[in-house]
Amino acid sequence: MTDAVSMNIQTIPLDWYLLVAAVLFTIGVVGVVTRRNAIIIFMAIEMMLNAVNLVLISFAQFLGDITGQIFVLFVMAIAAGEAAIGLAIVLALFRNKRTVYVDEVNVLKW
Amino acid sequence: MPLHVALFLLFGIGAIATAIGTVTRRNPVAAAVNLIAHFFMLAGLYLTLQAQFLAVLQILVYAGAIMVLVVFVIMLLNLGNEEALREQFTLRKVLGVVLAAIFLLQIGVLVNARPTGALYQSPQAAALGTAESIGRALFTQYLFPFEAISLLLLAALVGAIILAKRKVE
Repeated sequence: MTDAVSMNIQTIPLDWYLLVAAVLFTIGVVGVVTRRNAIIIFMAIEMMLNAVNLVLISFAQFLGDITGQIFVLFVMAIAAGEAAIGLAIVLALFRNKRTVYVDEVNVLKW
Repeated sequence: MPLHVALFLLFGIGAIATAIGTVTRRNPVAAAVNLIAHFFMLAGLYLTLQAQFLAVLQILVYAGAIMVLVVFVIMLLNLGNEEALREQFTLRKVLGVVLAAIFLLQIGVLVNARPTGALYQSPQAAALGTAESIGRALFTQYLFPFEAISLLLLAALVGAIILAKRKVE
């Protein structure tokens, strides 16, 4: 039963996954460049990380190599750490400047 | 349309649509809800790739843990809608979209430069995605990186507490 299902699923070509991942990454780039809210910029970064994860899993499954999936596991751990640190920075920023809009933060722009 | 193509299109188009929703919503909570839906769509895509362990992990870690943290911070800061961008920022917006379009074009050219249309998922793909095979690789070949990542998570934990706590007098 599982064999029939997996034979079917296997017939979607690699290019389709790569193009979906490319579009998702680009949407993430647009989010980072155009938004002002630090939290939404942060969510767009997560989206870019996920697009890369999709590419890694695709190649792992198409080449039959486990390494890509292990990489995804590490990327997830980094993303979790990044989430904790990034949101802590946003909190500290809000406490000091009363804003989360990145264009209103210019203490380092002299 | 065969079922597997329909599933791929459902999750792929769903992922792109929710991603667009995330970067265009003015309300941060609406953006976060879109992102949660996006993570579920990605988990579906992982399932079509037969990576079932990572699909479950995607929902547990991203939709479960990370997004709870994000929504918690949004609620804590009590953020309203992002007010309309000022005049000088529309230029930045247009420029950003143009640059991103060029970037997408570059990726498209690279993907098409070496067509992999004939490449399909390897026959042992289904066996690769199980918790057993990932655990086996993680605790043998990749044991040292695994320990290193646990150290990194500890450092992130300490850093987050130090950053987020109020200043000591």
